[in-house]
Amino acid sequence: MTIQFNNETFRDDYSFRNSAWAIKRFPFPFHEDSYMYSVNMEQHRGGPEGSVYEKRFDVDEHYVSEMRDRALVLADDPLRCQSLPHMTLAGWDLLELIMVSKSEDYPDLFELHRDGNRWRWINKPMGIDDTFTFLDETTLPYGPMEYITRQAQGDFCVLDQRDDMLWMDAGMVTTQADWSLDFDIGMNFFEWHAPVPLAHEMGIFQRALKFLLNIQQGSPARRLNWTMTVNPLLDTSPENYHKWGIQKTTLTPENLGAKQHLRVELQTFFRLPRSNALVFPIRCYLCSFQDLMTMPKWGRRLHRVVRDLPVELATYKGFIDNRPMMLDYLSQYDDGLPTSRGVWPDFETEPPLQK
Amino acid sequence: MSAAPQKTKSGSEQIEVTVSAVVAVNDLVTRFEFSRVDGQPFPTFSGGAHTVITMMDGSRRRMNPYSLMSDPADTSTYAISVRRDDAGRGGSLFMHTQVKVGDQMTLSYPVNLFALDLRARKNLFFAGGIGITPFLSMIAQLDRMNGNWELHYSVRTEALGTYADDLKTRYPNNVHVYYDDQSQSIPLTDLLDGQPLGTNAYVCGPKGMIDWVHATAKEAGWPDAQVHSEEFTAPQPGKPFEVRLCKSDMTIKVGENESLLEALERAGVDAPFLCRGGACGQCETDVVSHDGEFIHRDHWLDDDQHASGTKIMPCVSRFVGASLLLDR
Repeated sequence: MTIQFNNETFRDDYSFRNSAWAIKRFPFPFHEDSYMYSVNMEQHRGGPEGSVYEKRFDVDEHYVSEMRDRALVLADDPLRCQSLPHMTLAGWDLLELIMVSKSEDYPDLFELHRDGNRWRWINKPMGIDDTFTFLDETTLPYGPMEYITRQAQGDFCVLDQRDDMLWMDAGMVTTQADWSLDFDIGMNFFEWHAPVPLAHEMGIFQRALKFLLNIQQGSPARRLNWTMTVNPLLDTSPENYHKWGIQKTTLTPENLGAKQHLRVELQTFFRLPRSNALVFPIRCYLCSFQDLMTMPKWGRRLHRVVRDLPVELATYKGFIDNRPMMLDYLSQYDDGLPTSRGVWPDFETEPPLQK
Repeated sequence: MSAAPQKTKSGSEQIEVTVSAVVAVNDLVTRFEFSRVDGQPFPTFSGGAHTVITMMDGSRRRMNPYSLMSDPADTSTYAISVRRDDAGRGGSLFMHTQVKVGDQMTLSYPVNLFALDLRARKNLFFAGGIGITPFLSMIAQLDRMNGNWELHYSVRTEALGTYADDLKTRYPNNVHVYYDDQSQSIPLTDLLDGQPLGTNAYVCGPKGMIDWVHATAKEAGWPDAQVHSEEFTAPQPGKPFEVRLCKSDMTIKVGENESLLEALERAGVDAPFLCRGGACGQCETDVVSHDGEFIHRDHWLDDDQHASGTKIMPCVSRFVGASLLLDR
């Protein structure tokens, strides 16, 4: 399948759109009519054809525009990409993982030719054709992690593993749900998760850490996380909160369906071979409420999840003030019928809206 | 529950290999080299990693972990060195007496529980006997990166100094060998004194040596986090037991040297798993009823859950008693 890449923006005029194909494959995160934290991990070894779970690094219609947005963020704020000195080897590991995966999974878009340590990388969508020496930083225009993550959708946290702990020692973070790499750099797993409510008391992080420390080479894992974003903004960073936070007050009953987006993160975890570090790609998918409502099951379920979410979570996820307006909108799409199990839209089998 | 409920089949990360060389290193140690059956390159790995080798000893399946001693950057081969243990469970004897060039075996993907701290300004290695093996891959990795390292290697005799001569020849300025039969020993206290700031120490060898290095370093004021030692976590053997599986409608026997998870797999039950080390929670299984005692070895369930008798982690935990009924 050849992907038709959109020419769109995630700022200013917000021309970002999902095609019918992108809506259908949107990683809707709720497998039942309610939500509570769980570690919800599974192996990342493919998924249904065409789904976002199928490839190791999903490439979709937003690729080229997302990479353009990343370059703009980095031009304004170079500290969105940082790598402590001992993480360079992990950067090479990540470069290899992404180049090998993409060239194997999307041979029509990416090519990797290796002759010993002399590598040629061709990225057709971005018009890149570079030859360099693997493990020799002087042969690339950026460090290895920055080079490859300027060409890969989603944020990347590269975590060092020492003393039975993970450390946020490198990353490329420009599409984040309100957290800062510059603030978190060098922190350990518990430190950077400190702001999350309820989950600490539930023991979620102890369990998650044990799981992550045990992720082994050849056995990547994945989970979903979600939040809400007004306007299709990729860069919802604390650094730029003064620019985007105010936009949450621009919702009206009339524009909510178009402006309010469900923001889903497909989080994957790979053990890196040479460095024994763990890479944690966080891929952001956005979908407007009005597009979600085209799937009757998702309409029914999203209403129930948002309605019943504990106050702490709605506050942490930043939509407590807008929740009543969101529920007014969503309730129009909930006719009280039961929903099928699982995350898939089941468009062909679920009944259309009965009101 | 699952984000994407489409379930891939549970499967461990294994590599089918052919034994490409069997080399007697000395009276006790033999090196085994492997090539891949599918002709693909081996995964690269990090110095200090180990692999779990599966041995089919007649109808009995043995799984032993061994440090990878080959150069991590060489993806054409993996090598391990096995010390014959005449009093052990039998895995090393099987390797020494039964395994020949051309045999097909199975290796796990590399797992590293003894990784280099890549922040270290200097790496100080202490090896005893067969404990040299993880350092061989670490040295190969550091050599490539122009890393700063020093090896202090204690062996019984010159004849039993596994790879000692090779190492001294290749790295005359980095390698120091101490021979027990010449009454030489590692001058540990002196070595731990006066190392540059940012030095990390690593020890692999007999348990007594590991404890000695940890204790001496602690006394000398070293932070615990800068003293590393190898510790395998593998399922422990135990008395055989019988399990009734409700969903699969069958009864299976768990052998002395296999885990409950392995017994499930042997019986063709597609049981979920990921870490196989009692930590990830993937294989958590509900107990329907039991008459006996659990031997919980996992780090996943909490104390109350262990005491409740309603859950078991089949990758590492066992059971002793009259009957066990699982929801699997």
